[in-house]
Amino acid sequence: MEKRVRFKSAWLPWLLIAPQMAVIVVFFFWPASQALVQSMQLQDAFGTSTEWVGLENFRRLFEDPGYIDSFKTTAFFSVLVATSGIVLSLLLAVFADRVVKGAMFYKTLLILPYAVAPAVAAVLWVFMFSPSLGVVSYALGHFGIDWNHLLNSGQAMALIVMASVWKQISYNFLFFLAGLQSIPKSLIEAAAIDGAGPLRRFWTVQFPLLSPTTFFLLVINVVYAFFDTFAIVDAATQGGPGKDTAILVYKVYYDGFKAMDLGGSAAQSVVLMLIVVALTVVQFRYVEKKVQY
Amino acid sequence: MVERSLTRGILAHFIMVLGVVIVAFPLYLAFVASTHTAQEIVQAPMPLLPGSHFWETYKAALFGRDQGAGSTAPVARMMWVSFVSAMVITVGKIAISLMSAFAIVYFRFPFKGLCFWLIFVTLMLPVEVRIGPTYQVVSDLGMLNSYAGLTVPLIASATATFLFRQFFLTVPDELVEAARMDGAGPMRFFKDVLVPLSRTSIAALFVIQFIYGWNQYLWPLLATTSEDMYPVVIGIKRMIAGGDGQNEWNIVMATALLAMLPPALVVILMQKWFVKGLVDTEK
Repeated sequence: MEKRVRFKSAWLPWLLIAPQMAVIVVFFFWPASQALVQSMQLQDAFGTSTEWVGLENFRRLFEDPGYIDSFKTTAFFSVLVATSGIVLSLLLAVFADRVVKGAMFYKTLLILPYAVAPAVAAVLWVFMFSPSLGVVSYALGHFGIDWNHLLNSGQAMALIVMASVWKQISYNFLFFLAGLQSIPKSLIEAAAIDGAGPLRRFWTVQFPLLSPTTFFLLVINVVYAFFDTFAIVDAATQGGPGKDTAILVYKVYYDGFKAMDLGGSAAQSVVLMLIVVALTVVQFRYVEKKVQY
Repeated sequence: MVERSLTRGILAHFIMVLGVVIVAFPLYLAFVASTHTAQEIVQAPMPLLPGSHFWETYKAALFGRDQGAGSTAPVARMMWVSFVSAMVITVGKIAISLMSAFAIVYFRFPFKGLCFWLIFVTLMLPVEVRIGPTYQVVSDLGMLNSYAGLTVPLIASATATFLFRQFFLTVPDELVEAARMDGAGPMRFFKDVLVPLSRTSIAALFVIQFIYGWNQYLWPLLATTSEDMYPVVIGIKRMIAGGDGQNEWNIVMATALLAMLPPALVVILMQKWFVKGLVDTEK
C-alpha cells in the first residue's frame, strides 16, 4: 500500500529516519555482525591474540554434551511453559467469559502478573518454595514431599516453570478472552438449540474457532520461554543445580560473561539468531494465514 | 437461548475465585512478609496474616540501612533509576518510531525499501542473542553505568514503527491536501495533524513500552556495575545473594512490592489502553 499524496524534500526524510537508523546500526547490526565474526574466531583468555578458526567453534559446540543438554532442557522447559500456560489460561478465560457479575474484578486481578518483572516473579516464587522457610515447601513437607530446589533438579525445573507460567498467564488469558468474546453469540445459541451441552459446545464450536488464537499463543509462548525467561532462571536457580536448568539464553550469558569463552558464546548467539529467525518466519507465515477449520 | 443454571453460575465463580486466589497468593504472601520482622519470617511456618511492622520495613527498604547479607542500597534511588530509564525508553521509542514511520509513509527517497527492511530485521535480533558484542560496543563508547547505556541500546522499535505506519496509511489523503492548501509544510502537518490523530496508538504503546522498560533485566545486569545505577529489578536480585537464612526477607518482599507498584498502577489505571496495546503490537 502506498500513499497517493506525498511531501517533497531531499533531506527531510533522511533527517526523520536518522535516529532510528543510527540506533539500529550501532546497537543491532554492528553487534550482530560482530557475533558472526567472533563465532569464527578463537581468542585467548587475555584477549591479546585472535585466530581465525572458521566453523571450529560450531563444531566444538555441537560436540559438547553440555550444549546438547542445554538444548534438551530448553525444549522441555518451553513445552511445559507453553502447554500448561495455555491450558490454564484457556480454562480461566472460558469461565471468565461466562461470569457476568464481578467479571471486571476477576479480570483486573488476573492481569496483574503481567506488570511484575520476571526477576521479581522469580523472587516471589523462590520465597514461597524456599526449603527452610517457604510457606509452600513447609506445607508440602506435611504431605511427605521434601522440597529442595537447590538440590533436586526436577523441583528446580518445576519452580522456574511455575514462575514463568504465572507471569505469562495474564497475557494468554487476555487473548483467549478477546477471542471468546469475538465468537458470535448466534453460533453458541444455535448449538444450544440443537441440544449441545456446555462442554460439547466448547469442544465443537468455541475451541475450533479459537484455533488461530491458540496457535498464535503457542508461538508467542515458545518465544517467551526461549528468550524472556532469562531473568527467572537467573534469579531463581542460576541454571542449577549443576546445569540442569541452564536454558540456552542462560548459557550464552554464562559462557560469555562468567566463563569468558567469547568464541563459544558468539557461536551460541548465532545459533540463537537462527532460532529467532525460524520462529519469526513461522509466526508471519502461519499466524497470518489463520489456522482454521 | 443458551440455558442458564444456578449450579453452572456457581461453578464459574468457583473456578474464577480459585484462579484469582492462586494467581494473587504470591503477591499476598509478599505483602504479609513485608509487614513482619526478618526474625518472624525465618521461623517456619511464617505468619499468614499481616503484622505490625509495615512502616519500619518500607522505611528501611526505601532509604537503606546499615548492614545486611546482600545489597543494602536504598530502594528509593533504584526506583528513580528505573523510572528514568523506563521513561527514556518509552518516550524515545515512540518519538523515533513516529518520525521514521512518517518518513516512510509520506516521502519518497532512495533506499526507502532497504531502510524499512532493516528496521523489520531488528525484530529478529533481541538483546538476548547479541549480548556479548552489544556489551562491547556500549563499553567502547564509555556508556556503562549511565542512563544512556541503560536506555539507548533498547530504544529502536520495529513494532512501534509498524504500528504507526499502519495507522498513517489509514489517514485520509485529503488531510494532506487541506494542510497544503493552508500552506502548512511537512513538519507542521506532522506536529499539528498526524501526531494528535495518533494519540490512541501512542497511549497504548506507552503502557506496553513503559512496562517493558521498567522490567528490563538482562541488559541492566550487564550495563551497570555500580550500586547507584541499579534499577530496582537488579537491586532485588542482588539482595537475595545472602542465602535463605541470612536474607532479610521482609525487606526483599517490600522491595518486590515497590518494584511492581508503578507498572501495576499503569496496567490497572490504563487497562483499556493496555489491552489495546497488547493486541495492536502483536498484529
